[in-house]
Amino acid sequence: MFAYYLDLAFRSLKRNPVLTFLMVLAIAVGIGASMTTLTVMHILSGDPLPGKSAHIYYPQVDPTPADWYNKSHPLEVMDDRSAMDLWSAHRADRQALVVQSPVKVSAPGVDRPPLMLTLLATTSDFFPMFEVPFEYGSAWTPSDETGRARVAVISSDLNDKLFGGKNSVGKTLRLKDSDVRIVGVLKPWRPTPLFYDAEGGFTGNGYDTSYYAKPEDVFMPFQSALEVNDGNFFQFTCWGNGPTVPGHLENSPCLWVALWVELDSAAKADAYRAFLENYAEQQKTLGRFANTDTRMLDLMQRLDYEQVIPKNVRLQTWLAFAFLAICLFNTVGLLLAKFLRRAGEIGVRRALGASSRAIFAQCLTEAGLIGFIGGVGGWLLTMIGLWLVRRQQTPYSDLVHLDVSMFVVTFMLAIAVSLLAGALPALRASRIAPALQLKTL
Amino acid sequence: MQIQPILAALKHHKLATFLIAMEIALACAVLCNAVFLIATRMSAMNLHSGVDEDSLGAIVVTGFDPRQVNDLNARMLAGLGAIPGVESVHAISSVPFGPQWGVSGMTLDQAGKQPGAVVEFYLGDPGTPKALGLKLVAGHMPAADDYQPLQDHEFFPPSSRVLITRALAEKLWPGENPLGKQFWSAKWQFRVIGVVANLSVSQYTENGEHGAEWCVFVPVQAGGQLAGTYLIRAKPRDLERVMTRARAAVARIAPDVVLDHANSHTISFLRARFFQTDRAMTGLLVGVIVALLGVTAFGIVGLASFWVAQRRKQIGIRRALGATRADILRYFQTENFLIVTFGIVLGIVLAIGINLALMKWFEVSRLPLWYLPVGAVVLWLLGQLAVLAPALRAAAVPPVVATRSV
Repeated sequence: MFAYYLDLAFRSLKRNPVLTFLMVLAIAVGIGASMTTLTVMHILSGDPLPGKSAHIYYPQVDPTPADWYNKSHPLEVMDDRSAMDLWSAHRADRQALVVQSPVKVSAPGVDRPPLMLTLLATTSDFFPMFEVPFEYGSAWTPSDETGRARVAVISSDLNDKLFGGKNSVGKTLRLKDSDVRIVGVLKPWRPTPLFYDAEGGFTGNGYDTSYYAKPEDVFMPFQSALEVNDGNFFQFTCWGNGPTVPGHLENSPCLWVALWVELDSAAKADAYRAFLENYAEQQKTLGRFANTDTRMLDLMQRLDYEQVIPKNVRLQTWLAFAFLAICLFNTVGLLLAKFLRRAGEIGVRRALGASSRAIFAQCLTEAGLIGFIGGVGGWLLTMIGLWLVRRQQTPYSDLVHLDVSMFVVTFMLAIAVSLLAGALPALRASRIAPALQLKTL
Repeated sequence: MQIQPILAALKHHKLATFLIAMEIALACAVLCNAVFLIATRMSAMNLHSGVDEDSLGAIVVTGFDPRQVNDLNARMLAGLGAIPGVESVHAISSVPFGPQWGVSGMTLDQAGKQPGAVVEFYLGDPGTPKALGLKLVAGHMPAADDYQPLQDHEFFPPSSRVLITRALAEKLWPGENPLGKQFWSAKWQFRVIGVVANLSVSQYTENGEHGAEWCVFVPVQAGGQLAGTYLIRAKPRDLERVMTRARAAVARIAPDVVLDHANSHTISFLRARFFQTDRAMTGLLVGVIVALLGVTAFGIVGLASFWVAQRRKQIGIRRALGATRADILRYFQTENFLIVTFGIVLGIVLAIGINLALMKWFEVSRLPLWYLPVGAVVLWLLGQLAVLAPALRAAAVPPVVATRSV
């Protein structure tokens, strides 16, 4: 029966090419607009650590003084003392300190002007905790950390730039005024969003697109990095008169260090929360903290809290769906016109014994066919839309593409929309009384 | 034209009438808000930088040793100044649309209890305000001895005589004379000696705690924290060529530093790049509006054509009973007008609702009420235009149709 209805639908579509074209166009444009923005949303709101993000947490404490003007506790990052205390307590399965700073990079023997790149000062758990893939070598060891070894891990991008993509483990990198030995080279790695980075975001409220930038190019043990790049660190905020030496933030009244921990079970997470609260209480007793507010969000909660998805993108998505709704109403109107115009034909079919359900199915088949053709058009328009997004100069432009799931969603949405649009007109058409129509023939 | 019979006829087509009206309502709501968003972005893009954009460019270098800044400044100022076509070179902390140098909260009292505003500080060496092209509206420009040296590690001299913008003066001391007024930021003290017409912040965000023009210009000598960014002034026609040569010259003047390629450009270039997303968004909104009006119009054409086809016989009868072509035409136009009006009434309610939602989630400001009647007129015109062709076809139905197949 379906093949027959499909045949009828084709004939019907061919009979009113203009009307058909208008309906297909309405669906295609609506789908194209909404799928373009939905795809961008889908890419930007992804889980950067699928399967693991629920075990990654971001603890926060508040070392600001009591008369501090900002009353929203706790603030985004910590002072170095609190971060070091929590890190060295080793109460989590894994823990990593994170601080970014700009650094001048060159390589002895490589004929290239120096580059300004971002240095990530972190700790060895960073790599296994965030599932960072290595191409050559490996991460540094905890003893490199305590020994303040001059070692570094570099990105595949930097390895390509400086060493033509060859194994550069053991080679020397010049960071500012110090030589460091490369111990590991990463595979191409692009977590989206760049969740662990606090430097760019800091509650961007959807105005900051740096969450979609590329990861850092140089990774170094925390203390070694502070020594090598001393004077180039930025504070999130300071109280009192700030650091005595600009860019040197150790033991300063400033917030600038982030801590991430991995806790493999809910019980461990609860235990860590208690530990965090204890720590804050204890610091208050010692007179170092004025507030005992703490917070511990997991990775996805943290991204949500930071509102990492750009506001423009969310606004566009709403706009696109409003637009799709208008296209939907339009299609309903046109389908209604189309089906009811065939009242005579439907009357004859009914009189010849077709049930009203059969008429309904036939009309819906036609609507679905329009949806499918509209879906093809919508898919093409989505490709054009995504191409336009890629041409924009945003940090996420290069990430935008239509993956298989969104390709499937495009057609499903198109057909769903057209069936939705067709339901009411089809119902109307199926209720046409045969006798009344036959009389007018 | 009698409206009563039209309304009576529409009652028989409740569904179709409702669909068109809903389509118009949604179109009206989206149209008003989209146009308003465009207008908001356009006004943001017209941000008045207050500087001679066509004559200015910036060279930004990084990666130098803080102990060598005096040497670097001397070499850069001399080296860039020697490029043919360069009118002047100044050490400056940042330029509008360039990387931000310093944003800080300030207070109106020394104890730091009376909050003033979160402002952006610009630092520049002697002659910078003139090179920028700042327009003085009150007080005077910094004199030679107002430019003080910066101590090591210090962001400002302990006490400076500064220029502020008219917008900031109005924010801090509304209705008062700002000249001679003082303010503080942490331990640093500032005294206002002049007010300039405009100077925009370097990185404007709608969501910022600081206004687009809450700026302070602090006169200092090059050195200390003031190093690495250089303001180049040249004749507009020379500027592009001068900037190309300046970027190339850095490698020769200071081989050890890293040129910030992304930010070493003319101010016009930096401005265009800064507003790129807004421009893209505006383009997208315009596209949506055009497509929206098109889809709505086609929808009306489609349904109206159907109605005409359906009512051929009625039209024929009316014509046979003496109705003129103009009567038929007017009938369809009035009918469309009534449906669109119904849609607009719904649409205005929706438009305000959407605006309230946008205000809540996207920090959009309140939709000016005059957008609504303008939107209504646009949709009325669109409706009339869309119905014209089907209505003309209806008017062309000959009276003889009535006599057929009866």
